[in-house]
Amino acid sequence: MLSEQIQAQVDRELKKYPADQKQSAVMAALRFVQDEKGWISNDDMADVADYLGMPKMAVCEVATFYHMYNLKPMGKHTITVCTNLSCTLCGALDTVAYIESKLGIKMGEVTADGKYGLREGECMGACKDAPVLTLNNKKICARMSKEKIDKVFAELDKS
Amino acid sequence: MINIEIDGKLVETERGSTVMDAARKAGVHIPHFCYHKKLSIAANCRMCLVEVEKAPKPLPACATPAAEGMKVKTHSEMAVKAQKGVMEFLLINHPLDCPICDQGGECMLQDVAMGYGGVASRYAEEKREVQPKDVGALISTQEMTRCIQCTRCVRFGQEVADLMELGMAFRTEHAEIMTFVNSTVDSELSGNMIDLCPVGALTSKPFRYTARNWELSRRRSVSPHDGLGSNLAVHIKNNKVLRVTPVENEDINECWISDKDRFSYEGLNSAERLTKPMIKQDGKWQEVEWQAALEYVANGLRQVANGAGADQVAALATPHSTLEELYLLQKLMRGIGSDNIDFRLRQSDFSADGKLAGAPWLGMSVADINSRDRFLIVGSFLRKDHPLLAHRIRQAVKKGAQANIVHSSDDNLLMKIANKAIVAPGDMVSLLAQILKALADEMQASTQGVENVVVGNEAAAIAKSLAGGERAAVLLGNFAQQHPQAAQIAVLAEKIAALCGVKFGYLGEAANSVGGYLAGAVPGAKGMNAAQMLSSPRKAYVLLNVEPELDCANPQQAMAAMQAADLVVAMSAFKHKAVDYADVLLPIAPFTETSGTFVNTEGHAQSFKGAVKPLGEARPAWKVLRVLGNLLDVDGFDYDTSEAVRDEAVDTTNILGALDNHLDVALQAVSGAATQGLQRVADVPIYATDVLVRRAASLQQTRDAATPCVAMRGDELKKLGVKSGDTVKVTQGNASVRLAACADDGLPAGVARVAAGHAATAELGAMFGTITVQPITGERA
Repeated sequence: MLSEQIQAQVDRELKKYPADQKQSAVMAALRFVQDEKGWISNDDMADVADYLGMPKMAVCEVATFYHMYNLKPMGKHTITVCTNLSCTLCGALDTVAYIESKLGIKMGEVTADGKYGLREGECMGACKDAPVLTLNNKKICARMSKEKIDKVFAELDKS
Repeated sequence: MINIEIDGKLVETERGSTVMDAARKAGVHIPHFCYHKKLSIAANCRMCLVEVEKAPKPLPACATPAAEGMKVKTHSEMAVKAQKGVMEFLLINHPLDCPICDQGGECMLQDVAMGYGGVASRYAEEKREVQPKDVGALISTQEMTRCIQCTRCVRFGQEVADLMELGMAFRTEHAEIMTFVNSTVDSELSGNMIDLCPVGALTSKPFRYTARNWELSRRRSVSPHDGLGSNLAVHIKNNKVLRVTPVENEDINECWISDKDRFSYEGLNSAERLTKPMIKQDGKWQEVEWQAALEYVANGLRQVANGAGADQVAALATPHSTLEELYLLQKLMRGIGSDNIDFRLRQSDFSADGKLAGAPWLGMSVADINSRDRFLIVGSFLRKDHPLLAHRIRQAVKKGAQANIVHSSDDNLLMKIANKAIVAPGDMVSLLAQILKALADEMQASTQGVENVVVGNEAAAIAKSLAGGERAAVLLGNFAQQHPQAAQIAVLAEKIAALCGVKFGYLGEAANSVGGYLAGAVPGAKGMNAAQMLSSPRKAYVLLNVEPELDCANPQQAMAAMQAADLVVAMSAFKHKAVDYADVLLPIAPFTETSGTFVNTEGHAQSFKGAVKPLGEARPAWKVLRVLGNLLDVDGFDYDTSEAVRDEAVDTTNILGALDNHLDVALQAVSGAATQGLQRVADVPIYATDVLVRRAASLQQTRDAATPCVAMRGDELKKLGVKSGDTVKVTQGNASVRLAACADDGLPAGVARVAAGHAATAELGAMFGTITVQPITGERA
């Protein structure tokens, strides 16, 4: 069962669409699940499917298609580093290497304390500020030099 | 209509159609994978790229609307280059394992690569691999690596089966066809995905690696299962049936067949096949020669007929028997002076006998179902009883038709249901009377017979829906036909249909539900019907394809009658429980080993030839009956061919003339529900309907073949102190069985659903009637 909070959010989303096209809200519903739990489990997909009256596999298709849905726990803070062309030319691989050494994990892994997860991302549409990373898919951090990365983590460590 | 030009040929095509449609019309072949005439357009394989004049780049023919004056070239330099390029891309990740691939020799990819691909690939890097997943007993995804992501299987699930079980997860190079978290594919139409798959990614699990495609010969046949009469191609090698695929017949099965039609062939090769005539002597079964067995039968029948009277001889046949078999059986019985013959084994109300204007049938053509705009479907486990008729109704509903359901179980029909009335079996007549009354009020017609009926909301809504349509159909399902008040249900349904001026029909239960009537395999005025023959036991029984404990309305009664009889002649393709009570077993040929005719529910007589030789000493039943007729000195048993039998039995050019759903039964005053206790609702599970499917090993492993449970409303189970999953004692008549309980809130109150036709429930009594469910206490379950 989806939590009451998610249900309320989905219900609000559903008002945007015709009553017989509830599946239009599937992406939003999955986002709400991820916001609450940090990732989307198979059970969550099934719950979303039941709630929106869609086949489970159809929800699974959406959840696995889009990169920003986490299909496994990705830590309390998910750091997604863009490794597309612009960012890579501007040193994204150094950014990745620095974060990896700082956290002691590899790309796609989560720290032992479950606090940080590191993911590879696709273009975030902010190439002029390359290299770019996002925090929990919400906040874009631009021009990630080592100093700036340290600063970001210093703040995250406090939370 | 618009005119377009394809490869210099002028074609006239409908406005809104695609270049692909026009090319098909013009007889120009455009290579394709994802395009399928029965599925939506995906345009994702890109194989059908063609050059269109004035378009700067090649366009996919399947998704390009034809426009007036358009000039299409399918073999121009641009088109050929595009086709070669697409082919090279498609083969990048496709394993070239054709020599061991099941699809080899009938593979679209192979053919198109041959016709349109290059000679070599420039791709030398690593190919991707997809982990196989188990999706059930029928479809193998073992070589999903071969998939080219055409999504035909996915679209079939969404659009035809209306049950999306396969989907394409992940994306780009990682895209994979899979089910949700390793669940199984449970659709009753799932096997069609094997046919649709243009490569060898979805293969038939039972057939895999048993033969190469070019070793098989194909023989046309007709499905012996449901009333539709799907057209089949039976594939054989070394005189053995190795698989069954559909033969396209747009008016009947389109290009689909149900899994039952497709996989039931496994039963043909079952170890239980009876291959030699056998006689029981001093309690022991002995294999004998045909001559001895037939003389034994003839003597036995003669003795009973001469001693106790011909009316002590009874014959029961299943409606899965051919027209010829049914005709000769009744001719034989009548020849020896007995009128006791019936094929309607699961029917319980015979009060309409003698009052029928003709043989009950669908009341329209099968294809006509698609054009209906309102349905009233009474008493039908629609999806499982009639998989492809249900598909046609779903298609109509998608086009805007309204489906109204009156039934005793709220099964998921995979379509939008406009209105439904789910009532206990005992209330079905009263509910139909309400609908009739509501309709009469709506149309301001007279309401003779139902004046005093109080109309409920559900009935009113259904009546309103029916009245709002122009081309409605009132259809009676198997449950309605087997109902103890079937005649009253039929009368009411007919009146409802007449009031709206619409079609009224029966969804034929089995391959020859219509043919049985035409063959005269029903008792005359002095004969006994199926129920009477068993309730007042006869001294001798002739069984044709029948397993009484699974095929009869009341298995308890049927078995008692068999046990008590002096002579039971079982004509059967299988050794079944008859070894306990029969005296003679005559091995007869199943549908692939005999010629014959099935008359489907729309009255279409379809004759077929034997695909293989009968196994062992089995013989076509019509020949066995012919010899029996001669041995018993009955006149007119000198047929040379089964066609001669058929032509004597029916006039195949005018079958429609013999069909009429009108029944001259008076409407009885509807009494209030006076039933007491728990009512049994019995379905016959899809893979328990006849002798053949019961022995089809793979079908028996599917979810639909799971051991039946006893389903009741959750609150009623709670009242009994039983939880879902507990074993309970189910009692009917003098026997009880133990079944798992499961909660189903789609059932009406006061009802327990216990399937019939299954060994686990074969000891119980009638399919309708009271039943008791008790928790098991004081002893371990």
